Amino acid sequence: MSVPLTLLGLLEREPSYGYDLKRDYDAHFGWGRSLPFGQVYATLARLARDGKVSAATVEPGAGPDRKRYAITERGTSEVQEWLRTPIEPEPHLQTLLFTKVVLALILGRSARTYLDAQRAAHMERMRQLTELRRTAGSVEALLADHGLFHLEADLRWIDLTEARLASLANAIKNHEEVQP
Amino acid sequence: MSISTLGSEDSAGPMVEGRSLVKSFGRTPALNGASVAVAPGEMLAVMGPSGSGKSTLLHCLAGIFTPDAGEVFFDGRRTDRLGETRRSEMRRRDFGFVFQFGQLVPELTVEDNIALPLLLDGTARRQAYASARSWLPRLGLDDLGPRRTGEVSGGEAQRVALARALVHHPKVLFADEPTGSLDSLTGEQVMELVVTLTRAEGTTVVMVTHEARVAAYANRMVLVRDGQVTVAQPPAAPSHPADASATRRRPPSLAR
Repeated sequence: MSVPLTLLGLLEREPSYGYDLKRDYDAHFGWGRSLPFGQVYATLARLARDGKVSAATVEPGAGPDRKRYAITERGTSEVQEWLRTPIEPEPHLQTLLFTKVVLALILGRSARTYLDAQRAAHMERMRQLTELRRTAGSVEALLADHGLFHLEADLRWIDLTEARLASLANAIKNHEEVQP
Repeated sequence: MSISTLGSEDSAGPMVEGRSLVKSFGRTPALNGASVAVAPGEMLAVMGPSGSGKSTLLHCLAGIFTPDAGEVFFDGRRTDRLGETRRSEMRRRDFGFVFQFGQLVPELTVEDNIALPLLLDGTARRQAYASARSWLPRLGLDDLGPRRTGEVSGGEAQRVALARALVHHPKVLFADEPTGSLDSLTGEQVMELVVTLTRAEGTTVVMVTHEARVAAYANRMVLVRDGQVTVAQPPAAPSHPADASATRRRPPSLAR
């Protein structure tokens, strides 16, 4: 699941409280489905346990709200690695593709490198499905066709996104600045 | 004598290669240091957005355009410095061409069009027509031989163009948007024939297309961007573990 890595990515901007992370996550990636607080704190606790974030208590009192989280070196390299790695080409990847591109733009990382890698992975899968379809029976071919059309739709989105990266980066920067 | 029969023993090298190709039209740069190599028997898809230079690259490799700088090789021999006579001979004998619009001669029959490359190269008329007719069943054009090409459908015309491109058993087939004017089903039939026939003949294929579904018929894909060639490497590493639960484990076949 991409929530831990997305939160980790958001933390790379600056150390943050759980509340701020949830708010930014919802603004960028929620689209009407907000992340429950419980999940945010549970995720942060797991990330801290794994050494990917460090938590500092900066306000007196108890409770998760009092802690400010910062990404560790290990966490940073994990985000870096994730943003560079294409997803296994399958239909219905829109949210993951979207998340990787937007997070890369927020962090000023190369979204193009990721999109190129993803394009290559998609083309390779389309090539396999096309070869299979040429040699398979018509029922299997029908299933291969379904996969091919979905992968093709992803590829069109990848091409269009790549062509719009500059204006997207601006839009996301403005979006970030609007946040209180 | 064709360029290809001048005694190359080096079968390990590329069949077609462009090195650091530069080509401008007036002040508009089309290629800006494009390099690509195509192995013998390989089918390469050249993709890229409109105006990226992908067609110019194909035209340079095929000896239709001369690059402003860089080198073009065919079967190990440099071709961009050949005179127009030698280059035109190479195009006629060693290469076959399929373009977006068949570019057939509409007043001539299907058979005439297919026999044309052989006739132009001095093959006896009877032999040329026998060869042309032998291609008709391979392309599902059995009864169309005597029809004028102006009267056949778009898909049929493109199959005639494919037969014409392959009738003289070229070493390389250059295809520029071969399905660009066809609907997707007809386009797939044409691509199926391109793959079947060129594999059977051992023909090297360089195909320009902007359609991923068409490019997926090739063994390999390169992307032309801003006049340069990007080699798209499929990732060696598997997906990131964090993405694994988003996609189900998949056996090597189609089954999910």
